[in-house]
Amino acid sequence: MTTQTPLAIEASGLGKSFGTTRAVDGVDLAVPAGTIYGVLGPNGAGKTTTIRMLATLIPPDAGSARVLGHDVVREADAVRELVSLTGQLASVDEELTGRENLVLLGRLLGYSRAAARTRADELLDAFDIAEAAGRLVKHYSGGMRRRLDIAASIVVTPRLMFLDEPTTGLDPRSRNQVWEIVRALVAEGTTILLCTQYLEEADQLADGLAVIDRGRVIAEGTPGNLKASVGTGSLQVRLLDPGRRDEAADLLERAVGPVVLEPDPAALSAVGADAERAAIAVAGLATAGIPLAHFSLQQPSLDEVFLALTGHAADEPSPTADTLQEHAS
Amino acid sequence: MTATTRTTGSADTAAVRRAISSTPRPPRPGRLSAALVFGWRGMLKVKHVPEQLLDVTVTPVMFLLLFTYLFGGAIAGSTSAYLDYTLPGLLVMSVLFTTVYSGISLNTDLTKGVVDRFRSLPIWRPAPLLGSLLGDSVRYVIAGTVIIVVGVALGFRPDGGFTGAVAALALVVVFSFGLSWVFSVLGLLLRSPNAVMNAGFMAIFPLTFLSNVFVDPTTLPGPLEAFVDVNPISVLATASRSLMAGEPDVVAVVVSLAVAAGLAAVFLPLTTRLYRSR
Ligand SMILES: Nc1ncnc2c1ncn2[C@@H]1O[C@H](COP(=O)(O)OP(=O)(O)OP(=O)(O)O)[C@@H](O)[C@H]1O
Ligand SMILES: [Mg+2]
Repeated sequence: MTTQTPLAIEASGLGKSFGTTRAVDGVDLAVPAGTIYGVLGPNGAGKTTTIRMLATLIPPDAGSARVLGHDVVREADAVRELVSLTGQLASVDEELTGRENLVLLGRLLGYSRAAARTRADELLDAFDIAEAAGRLVKHYSGGMRRRLDIAASIVVTPRLMFLDEPTTGLDPRSRNQVWEIVRALVAEGTTILLCTQYLEEADQLADGLAVIDRGRVIAEGTPGNLKASVGTGSLQVRLLDPGRRDEAADLLERAVGPVVLEPDPAALSAVGADAERAAIAVAGLATAGIPLAHFSLQQPSLDEVFLALTGHAADEPSPTADTLQEHAS
Repeated sequence: MTATTRTTGSADTAAVRRAISSTPRPPRPGRLSAALVFGWRGMLKVKHVPEQLLDVTVTPVMFLLLFTYLFGGAIAGSTSAYLDYTLPGLLVMSVLFTTVYSGISLNTDLTKGVVDRFRSLPIWRPAPLLGSLLGDSVRYVIAGTVIIVVGVALGFRPDGGFTGAVAALALVVVFSFGLSWVFSVLGLLLRSPNAVMNAGFMAIFPLTFLSNVFVDPTTLPGPLEAFVDVNPISVLATASRSLMAGEPDVVAVVVSLAVAAGLAAVFLPLTTRLYRSR
């Protein structure tokens, strides 16, 4: 805890129950300022509840948290001055137009009418929603709505931003747009707490990462060492000529690792591939003159991460968890 | 999710970065101006979906026609005599009914993610609620105006003239503003807009019918008459009638305002607390 960088979020023992559900059960977080910190977990893990406590929307019933140096309960107003929230449900008003949403927020943050309009137009242009500015948000596509949502969060640039599953349900293009925006925000100095169900998203964006399950942090580290502890992904290959599959299997086994023959007679995959070994293996196939229809390097899925970390699948009841980097116990 | 495909987004990164960095924080808005911005939000919704105003225009007119022509002859002997007695009361009734919709729309609002954003803003806490009720007051004014205008078209000629009618309308709207905090509490406590509607009308229907809005209480059996006399809706109807007649009943007016202030004093803080913790 004696790091050089100041912490944007420090939570210890944070807890919250709803009736008999212990939604968050003693979460500790230490998020360095100026970074993207990922919170990775399956449905119902307690990600949204954690964010809602940190964003001062609901009070914790156990533990405490400081956001940018301010206590989330006692100094809630000071926290609100510095953070903004892009919730899991789109936090924009569906019955207003995109432009009205931004002007509304600008006015609520203290801009004059004219300044709020100018700011709204600037954001609409930058976020590629200008042509839909006058349409009601309920008619927006998922990607546009998300971009508007993020734009609404930076009408005044926050020091810290909470992003709750910003790309769930988006197509790859919209997802990449959101990722670009997130990277730009961090480059300008905003700290981001990002909840996600996708290991790939955490891998792409996050500097640090906590994995939570049933309201507890079960592992933390960088995406890299998390993946290393989980084992790497698999290289999936489909050949043009099913007749040469055995030959390809030999080659992949030597270059990568154990090979699984898929039900598709032209497909096979090699487990334990990192990018480098996969590249060598694919090059090897090409050199050997085995033509490929397709290949891909599959990231370990969240399921595999959970299996490795907890010994049970994300949605199974746990035997006493046998974790690699155990935290709460 | 193949690692080999790479699509580039079309959001212009340079423009995004410029938009992010160009924001000095303005000073916090004042309490009233934050509330007024929420009132403006209510108006925008009406602008986008003007049909919303049907509730507050069609229902009162229906009541007016129904009561005047169906019961007017039987109760007061003639429709025009009945109109003189009942229109100030119908004004009360139709505006009060509109207050239930404030609770319903608050409840609907709460199911949307945008409320989380409002609650995470550094603004005066009651501002969203106060603002939307201020916006709703515009609906109350519309409901009341419709009743008066249609009444005049049907032959209602208040002795208090235009001023009397406006004074009565103003009193009823102020009272409704106080009452709407009660329905806001219902809107925050109950699970669905439908539950709010049922609970709201279950409370306001009997209270309205057990008042002097439609009938002169002296014709009622003793205990019922006693209840009708102390029912605040009777007091408000009496005040509204006296203002329209041009002979203000000061006691009734003051009591109505005091009841409104009392309701707001109790239910406004409660609403704010519930809104925070929901
Ligand atoms: N307001 C609430 N009332 C009752 N239970 C709740 C409430 N909010 C969350 N829960 C419960 O708390 C647990 C954690 O929920 P939470 O929304 O924090 O999970 P999550 O990690 O965000 O999941 P998802 O990926 O599905 O969004 C769940 O079991 C959920 O049913
Ligand atoms: Mg969630």
